[in-house]
Amino acid sequence: MTQVSVQNLWMEYGDQVVLEQVNFEVETHSFVSIVGPSGCGKSTLLRLLLSQEHATRGEILVDGAPLPLNPDPDRGVVFQKYSVFPHLTALENVVLGLELEQGGLFGRLHGKAKRRAKAEALHHLEGVGLKDSAHKYPASLSGGMQQRLAIAQALIKKPRILLLDEPFGALDPGIRSEVHDLMLRLWWETKMTVFMVTHDLKEAFYLGTRVIALDRTRKREEEKERYGASIIFDTPSEPAPIIQELAAEAETDTETNQNT
Amino acid sequence: MLLPFALLLIAYAVGSEIRLSDNPNDKLLPSFPTLYEAVQRMAFEPDKRTGNYLLWQDTVASLMRLSIGVLVATLMGSIVGIAVGLIPYVNRTMSAFISVLAMIPPLAVLPILFITFGLGELAKIVLIVFGIAPFMMRDIALRVGELPSEQIVKAQTLGASTWHIAWRIVLPQMWPRIIDALRLSLGTAWLFLIAAEAIAAQSGLGYRIFLLRRYLAMDVILPYVAWITFLAVLFDYTLQKFQIIAFPWFAVGRSSE
Repeated sequence: MTQVSVQNLWMEYGDQVVLEQVNFEVETHSFVSIVGPSGCGKSTLLRLLLSQEHATRGEILVDGAPLPLNPDPDRGVVFQKYSVFPHLTALENVVLGLELEQGGLFGRLHGKAKRRAKAEALHHLEGVGLKDSAHKYPASLSGGMQQRLAIAQALIKKPRILLLDEPFGALDPGIRSEVHDLMLRLWWETKMTVFMVTHDLKEAFYLGTRVIALDRTRKREEEKERYGASIIFDTPSEPAPIIQELAAEAETDTETNQNT
Repeated sequence: MLLPFALLLIAYAVGSEIRLSDNPNDKLLPSFPTLYEAVQRMAFEPDKRTGNYLLWQDTVASLMRLSIGVLVATLMGSIVGIAVGLIPYVNRTMSAFISVLAMIPPLAVLPILFITFGLGELAKIVLIVFGIAPFMMRDIALRVGELPSEQIVKAQTLGASTWHIAWRIVLPQMWPRIIDALRLSLGTAWLFLIAAEAIAAQSGLGYRIFLLRRYLAMDVILPYVAWITFLAVLFDYTLQKFQIIAFPWFAVGRSSE
């Protein structure tokens, strides 16, 4: 089933064309990796999907409807940096999403509602392995922990689409593969659609079920300004082993359910 | 750390000794016993004419003006600064105006304040507000602008309205920065306080200094200056400590950058 449909997208900043003729359709519960050289507009595409910026021409449809004009809770985001709020503890960072939704004018919850929100947030923190650091401020968390916190913070809103802008780019290799598997598991469990911008091809193919490459087709100096990047490569990618396992498990489960 | 202070005291004692041995009635550098007597008289004995303890009366009067002025300026600085820094429309409309406002020399406006608000407390407080509020507005607006735009977008994806962003994301992160701006403004606030008191007042630390200047009463003026300095240092220190205790995340973030 098509969920996100990008139709003939153009993005220009003044005279500079960044993206042109970008067309693609994405099915529900896809993990789309977007790759390309620096400056090819992959982060721009992500900002368009987020409504942080607006396309010069073309349309992005989600379930057939145009995107809202501003970022909204339907589309979560994790940036490479600055995704979490430094003045809130890990727990408060995750609770925030619930407080803004249910806390009325001042965006705060009290008493029973607060306790319930905290319990839910703790559950999400546990999911990313940060339960023990719930009361630490982000500045005293490591880079990997901060990114895991950012993921938990985004997931508490149960977004249907999650946008990742080089989320693992600043992490050490060991930590990175750990967070990769965590990300895959959460993606599988939540059934959301993920768009991830990365410049790491290995990561793109490992995580993605589909890889889209952006680049300029015309590269002569005098053409660079007037011709933007578009999709030069779009291929499915085999799901990561951990996902295949989870899928196999799910299948046997349904089979046993049917048999009984 | 204490060495320069000790050297200053010694230099003063030597200078005072030299001048007093030349002329025992010299008023410029009174000896320590004379200073002590003056402090006794001003702080711990009631004034013969009014029955008030002058130093405390002056201190209370000055601190009232200072604290109201600084409070109002901080409030204005925070509200206007956050609005200008966060909302592009307000920024476009207001930032040029605030920049020009900040360039008006407050002391040049003092006569206007006295004419408009009379010689009472209000004119002095307005002078302090006028002197530091524009700086605080601009400073806070810049600090808001320094927040990574990722934070604002992230807050929107968590369902925050502009008001929510201001209240839950921006203001809490501005508190420690407001304290920084306040610390930087306090010196200026004292300047305008004393200037206003020097020109028209019936009490206040600045009033006393300028009154006694006519009698070359250095034995009172010097302790008053020291007392004002002490108060200023005390406020600065308290604010700094308060910032560290009340906003632990800010200190941690600062040292890790």
